[in-house]
Parts: sequence; C-alpha cells; structure tokens
Amino acid sequence: MKAGSGGRYLGLVLLLAPVLVWLLGLIVIPQVDLAYQSLQERGSSGERALSLAQYRGFFEESQYWRSYLRTALMSLLATACTLLIAFPVAWHVAKVARGRVRLWMMVALLVPFWASETVRSLGWMLLLRESGVLPQWLAAAGLVAEAPELLYHDATILTGLVYTSLLFMVVPLIGVFETLDDALLEASYDLGGNRWSTLWHIVVPHAAPGIAAGCIVVFMLAVGNYLTPTLLGGNSAHWFTEVIYDQFIVRSNWEQGAAFGLLLLVLSSAVVWVALALTGQRLGQVLRRT
Amino acid sequence: MIPSLEPPRPVLGSVLLGAFLLFLFAPLLVVAVFAFNDAGYPAPPWRGFVLDWFIGNAARGRVGLLQDEALLGSIATSAVVALWVATLSVTLGTAAAWLLERMHFAGKSLLAALLLVPLVIPGVILGVSLLSLASGIAQVADERWGLDLDFLRPGLPLVICGQVSFMAAIATLTIAARLKRLDPGLEEAARDLGAGPWTGFRTIVLPYLRPTLVASAVVAFLMSFENFNTTLLLSGSDPPLTVFLYGRMREGATPVVNAVSLLLMLASALAAVLTRRRTPRP
Repeated sequence: MKAGSGGRYLGLVLLLAPVLVWLLGLIVIPQVDLAYQSLQERGSSGERALSLAQYRGFFEESQYWRSYLRTALMSLLATACTLLIAFPVAWHVAKVARGRVRLWMMVALLVPFWASETVRSLGWMLLLRESGVLPQWLAAAGLVAEAPELLYHDATILTGLVYTSLLFMVVPLIGVFETLDDALLEASYDLGGNRWSTLWHIVVPHAAPGIAAGCIVVFMLAVGNYLTPTLLGGNSAHWFTEVIYDQFIVRSNWEQGAAFGLLLLVLSSAVVWVALALTGQRLGQVLRRT
Repeated sequence: MIPSLEPPRPVLGSVLLGAFLLFLFAPLLVVAVFAFNDAGYPAPPWRGFVLDWFIGNAARGRVGLLQDEALLGSIATSAVVALWVATLSVTLGTAAAWLLERMHFAGKSLLAALLLVPLVIPGVILGVSLLSLASGIAQVADERWGLDLDFLRPGLPLVICGQVSFMAAIATLTIAARLKRLDPGLEEAARDLGAGPWTGFRTIVLPYLRPTLVASAVVAFLMSFENFNTTLLLSGSDPPLTVFLYGRMREGATPVVNAVSLLLMLASALAAVLTRRRTPRP
C-alpha cells in the first residue's frame, strides 16, 4: 500500500468486503461445513460424534459405489463421444467453411443453447419415447413390428449429455484450430504425410490445450448433471447426483448426503487436475477458453 | 481452403452435415411442433393445428399457458430470481474484476485462485452445501435463541444465493478480460486533469465497460432462468420455472409445457441476438 493513499485503502476495503462475503459465505464455508458434516454420525439418541461411518457406508453398500463408478465412466464416455463429434465440426467451421456457410454453422451450433436444458431434454423425450416420433415412424415404416422404447437406455443418456455439452467442446476447438498455420499442414503433406499422420503429428499436438479445456468442462458438466440423466434415463439412470439428492430429500440422511457430495467433488476435481497436469495448463487459461 | 488437402468427398460431407444438423434441430423442432397439436399429449399422430395450449381456458376443456396460474406464477418467480441474480452477479463481478486488474494488495493471487473455485464445483454440490449450511444455522438459531430465520429455509433467498455463487465468477472473468484491455493511462489522464477517482471511474471506465456489463447481466439473467442443478435443492414451495417444468415432465406433460418451452426458446434467442449485436468485438 502506497503512503498517503487513505482513500485507496478505503476503496480496497469497500470492494473486498462484498467479494469476500460472497467467496467465503457462499463457497468456502459451505464446502468446509459439508466436509465437517460428512464426518459426523448420529447416535441413537440424536447425539453426534466424529466418525468415518458415512464413508464406510459408501464402500460397504455396493449400490453407492457402483453408481459412483458408473457416473464416472459414463461421463468419461460422454466426454469422448462429444470430442469425436465436435472435432470434425469445429475443423469444418475453422478451416473449411467460409463466409456465409461459416456464419450459419456457428448460428446452428448456438441455437440449441438458446433453449434451456429442460427444453432440450423434453425434445429428446418426445422424440425417443415409445409413443414418440421416432419409434412411431419406425413402426409405421414397417422397419420394426412394434414401436420400441428408445428412452431409458444408457445410449439415451449419452446422447442427451453429448447434445447438451457439445458447444463447450466446439468453442475451444475452433479457437485452437484457428491459430493452426495452414503452412504446417502443407509441409506435412509435402513431406509425405497422409491424412492420419498429419492429424496425429500436427493437428492434435497443436490442439491439445483446446481439447483439454473442452474435455474438462464437458466432464464436469456431465458428472454434476442431474436433469438429463434422470429425465432420459428414468429409474435406470443411477446417476450419482440422484443418489445425493435422494439422501438429502427422500431419506433426510444429510450426513450421508454430505459424504456423497464430497466424494463427487473429489471425483470432479481429480479429473480436472489430471487433465491439467497432462497438458501442463493452468485452470485460469482453461476456463477463459470456453 | 487448404490446397493440398485430399479432395473432399462432397456427397459424404453433405450427408454428414445433414445428419449433424438433424441431430441439433430435431429435439427443438418436435418441442415446437407439438405445442400446436390438437391432442392432450405431445406425441404423434398429428391431429391438426390449434392454439389451445397457448390461449385455451377451462371452459374449452383445455387450460392453455395464459390461463395456467401455477405456471405463470413460476415464470414470475423465475423472473424475480433472475433479476436479483443478474444485478448481484454483475455488481460482485465488477468489484472482483477491479480488485484483480487495478488494485495491489497482499493475497491477491490467492483471491484470483479462489475466484475460479466456484466454476469447478458441480452445481448440485453448490446447492447441497449451501442448503446444509443454511439449515444448520437456522436450526441453531431456533434452538438457542428461539429465532425463526425463515430466509435460511429452502426458498427464493437461498436460490438467489446459490446461483450468484457461481454466476458472479463468470461475470468476473468476462469483466476482468475487458478491463485488462483498458489503458490505465486514460484514467491517469483524467486524474491529471483534476478528476477524483469516482469521476474518473464514471466518465472513463463505466462508459468503456458498459457493453460488457450489459452483456454479463443478460447472460446471468438467462442462465439464472435456465438453471436447474443448483436451484432444485434450494427451492421451496414456490419453485422457479425449470423446477416446476421438471415436476410436470415427470408426471407426464401436456402440450402446455411445449408451449411455454417454445416461448422460452424464442425469448432467449431474441435476447441472444440483441446482445450479440451490441457486444463489442474483441
């Protein structure tokens, strides 16, 4: 603090106070409290004691850790599928399409995000459920004997997750593709490279930061999602957020719910950390890309 | 076009592009189409075009959107929440951005790191932790001092807090990025010319930031309107629109849900187009 800057000091306090109230009151203290809650056990007469019972419960009850693993794996799978679809689309927008086509492709990518996730899920439900558009058409066209139920499958959940997070992958990918010098691609072909070797040795290394940024955000959104898995997966979703919600609302076992919440936070943070470490990036850069 | 790329295969390309566009638009299209179907449920077959799901009333046997009190109530709730969230997020975001870009103090790098934390915590966890803390405090206040702190129970104040907790961080990133590009020399010049810090802020910084502030507010408003994961646990007896719609969708929705969804899409598309036009290009 420079001398003679009393006004500046007051300004600092006035700005810092609300920001600290926000960050401490709404983020830090609730998370610490959640961790503390998860280490409590309620005795028969309602008294509380420190214990690891909630975490033991997670490992002993197979339905809990199964749901946890399932959510982690499905989210990874959803991230991979999103990358596979977003990659060519972003490439097309950044390197192939020009002028009006490019503009319209960008608009087309944005439109689903003008609808809320609730609306997007409703759309998939109307398309895929037994009485919905696609099964009825398949039956009417004589391709199947009876209209199939296309909701409530794992593939349905994946479709919904990919759909809902596509933009968060496409945007950072377009960003890195645009900074890729076309001369490098030319050089690769001149030196005898083909499509695949160019992709692997030139494009992917250059795009790594964007790929990582997109994957981090998409994975976080998938793992923490509640709406899409429950609506598109129904009772067979077994998504971990649903397990958490169930503990808080249905069973009123908040200590158990707190432990599950913390475990989800650990999963999400661990994957983010690994992805950052693998690509040598910092979190700030990643979040600014999307 | 990159000249030495192998020649593209136009037929395959068009088919793939078409399939991709179908993937993007089919879900939204069915939502829109079945808002006008003359049937009690949003499913084929098509029975004819009606506006019942917008303007129908009980006398006609179908309660349309405009007569559905509970639905309209939840839209009003969402609007109130979104206004608060937009105002608070942009205010906090501006304060935090200013701290990051224009102030020097001990612990600034810690603050910068802390500002990213809300963005990596899953929304459900933000809701759960806030609910748990608030209920804990409310319970202690009730048992020790006999105070009934109603605002700490699930309801709109908690929904607003939960949404602000991460949207203010998004606003901070956007506003800080814009502030970084403003030459501090301009503010110094204003002060050299005799302006106090407040006058300098008002005449130089605020006009420069205004488009970004407006855009951040619109984004926060729309995201608040559409937020589900954080809101679900924190909302009480008067749920905002998304939570209300979720309940209806689980029960088996009538096309009224399609009607309100269609209006939502159109409204946010309009808002997006309007702000895009006003946002300065970097």
